[in-house]
Amino acid sequence: VRVALFITCFNDTLFPETGRATVEVLERLGVEVDFPLAQTCCGQMHFNTGYQREAIPLVRRFVDVFGGYDAVVAPSGSCVSMVRELYPMAADLTGDRRLAERVDELGPKVFELSEFLVKKLGVTDVGAYYPHRVTYHPTCHSLRMLKVGDAPLELLRNVGGMDLVGLEEPEECCGFGGTFAVKNADTSAAMLSDKIRRVLDTEAEVCTAGDNSCLMHIGGGLNRLRAGVGTVHLAQILASEMGEG
Amino acid sequence: VKTNFSDAFSPGPTPTFEMSARESLSDSQLRRNLGKATQTIRRKRAVAVEEMPDWEGLREAGRALKERVLRHLDTYLLQLEESVTRAGGKVHWARDAAEANRIIAQIARDHGSEEVVKVKSIATDETKLNEYLEREGIHAFETDLAELIIQLAGETSSHILVPAIHKNRAEIQELFKEKLGAKDLSDEPSDLTEAARLYLREKFLGAKVGISGANFAVAETGTVCVVESEGNGRMCTTLPPVLVTLMGIEKVIPSWRDFEVFMQLLPRSSTAERMNPYTSFWTGVSGDVGDGPQEFHLVLMDNGRTDVLADEIGRQALNCIRCSACLNVCPVYERTGGHAYNSVYPGPIGAILTPQLVGIGNPGPDSLPYASSLCGACYQVCPVKINIPQVLVHLRGKVVRHKQDEGGPRQKFDPENIAMQTVARVFSDPDLYERAQRFALVGQWPFVRGGSIGRLPGRLAGWTSVRDLKPVPEQTFRGWWKQNRGTG
Repeated sequence: VRVALFITCFNDTLFPETGRATVEVLERLGVEVDFPLAQTCCGQMHFNTGYQREAIPLVRRFVDVFGGYDAVVAPSGSCVSMVRELYPMAADLTGDRRLAERVDELGPKVFELSEFLVKKLGVTDVGAYYPHRVTYHPTCHSLRMLKVGDAPLELLRNVGGMDLVGLEEPEECCGFGGTFAVKNADTSAAMLSDKIRRVLDTEAEVCTAGDNSCLMHIGGGLNRLRAGVGTVHLAQILASEMGEG
Repeated sequence: VKTNFSDAFSPGPTPTFEMSARESLSDSQLRRNLGKATQTIRRKRAVAVEEMPDWEGLREAGRALKERVLRHLDTYLLQLEESVTRAGGKVHWARDAAEANRIIAQIARDHGSEEVVKVKSIATDETKLNEYLEREGIHAFETDLAELIIQLAGETSSHILVPAIHKNRAEIQELFKEKLGAKDLSDEPSDLTEAARLYLREKFLGAKVGISGANFAVAETGTVCVVESEGNGRMCTTLPPVLVTLMGIEKVIPSWRDFEVFMQLLPRSSTAERMNPYTSFWTGVSGDVGDGPQEFHLVLMDNGRTDVLADEIGRQALNCIRCSACLNVCPVYERTGGHAYNSVYPGPIGAILTPQLVGIGNPGPDSLPYASSLCGACYQVCPVKINIPQVLVHLRGKVVRHKQDEGGPRQKFDPENIAMQTVARVFSDPDLYERAQRFALVGQWPFVRGGSIGRLPGRLAGWTSVRDLKPVPEQTFRGWWKQNRGTG
């Protein structure tokens, strides 16, 4: 199997360790990983904030860069949902029929990491070992747009040495929402405070998720409070092996 | 708590959502009341829906029916007019709120009525009917318990279905003691409702004109339907000799059979009940036999709805059957309450309906599509499958395009607009993008302290008000890839 890694601009710049872990997990399972260097950003921030004309060139770029691959994998449910669920709407805005066709063709080939592993490769045990107490936050876009379901949890349940604890009201949004966290900072903070309370209630050392954007939000709040609880992307837990730190 | 009645549907500007939310978010009593109420109803709804084997099929049927209505709205409305007229009612057409109010006031005046009784109706809140009637010397008594509470308190509704959701029992007890003169009132729900009942019975018997909204109206038969929980609505629609119903034009449904779908979807979604307690249907006038009005007027109001209909993506907002499930699951609504939306339509549905009904280009309503983290919980529960997140994103696009194309220099040189344009250019060129990554690494140094960023300037300060930011690491992913794997 050969896939293109869609790293997302966010992970590329801020969380390179998540990208490295994604490559490691995929290669461990025998997947050949390609990284097209011409990729930049899917345009989600622009599109969802209303700067939709500005997002169109990014949509075209994405389709040009990834159009030739049979499968595209990204360690971000949110960016994948942009491509799969909102690109058709973006293409409609241009009135460009050819773009709309290419978007429809590409969409079903773009996968979030956990759904690619569980639903495409049929793997739930990636041979990971992570001796920590961990709670999992199912991010909104993975859950409700991509409908990845329990795929991340299935993977986590098979991680050796890990104490996986359930989160109360897991499906409630953490309050990130892209520019929402800045534009409606107060409401976002109110949502975050409840999510943090629930994370702390689990007494976990680490909160994980399939999206670094949500984790940056939850982790940013935890760090500000010096709560002593970390955030780690799902890919990094799956990449951890016995004998590592 | 909001005590003046001006909102998005009144003349003049309203505050933005983020400004109003700031105030509500600090109100601990409000947070407690709302949190408890929405979490309870949310759980009950989930149970009521879970027991339906064909819920997804029903949702799909509801959506399809509503879309058919919108596709042939002109036909169904004319058919409705014909059916109502045949049954002895009179149909009035109102282009906007002002016209609707004039028509209703004229009917009340024609009957020399200085007092009217009202069934809970959001359409009349949209037109600000009560205030209009008051100016015309006619007092409107709200008879829905929660609407009565709101009216006595001089406040506005904060929820589509439970207008007084922001108030608890003790607050209502105090209010009734003061306004209804019930000195020894306890805070037991049965005592509170008894006090309201004694007060309202008198009004029902005395009023010559009753005013209602409508949940549905059947084109085929001319039957109007009101769905409520208390029976006070039925008093209004049966006791006064004259009944006036104000209805948004999108509320028409094709045939009587369609109730099969909506009467299953609505109660379970709104109050988590299998069946609704009081569902009133009436067709025209009662004639000489039985209870019911001798004169019936149906006012069909546009007030911006045909503009919504013209928008291919936005028009699904007109599918709404006002169940309020989206409010109850919304993490934003749960924390800010309805008043922050400055509209008679709060919550997720209000965030897509209000700006469309009043038109883009007003700072208050324009802020509403941004009052969402796009978590999608609303879409998941909507009984007629309105893709609220999609419409929110679509409307954000309209708001930004309006600012860019028709805004003044202040909007064109808005820092956000400039930043977004710049970033978009950076992302459209991999070389520029890589240079920007290196620039971020160097540029962040004044803000990094002890391995994290605790304070950012300008609008980004919203982030660092309660969150730290992780600094940009030394090596990007693409840097690592190039170093270890060569080129792509």
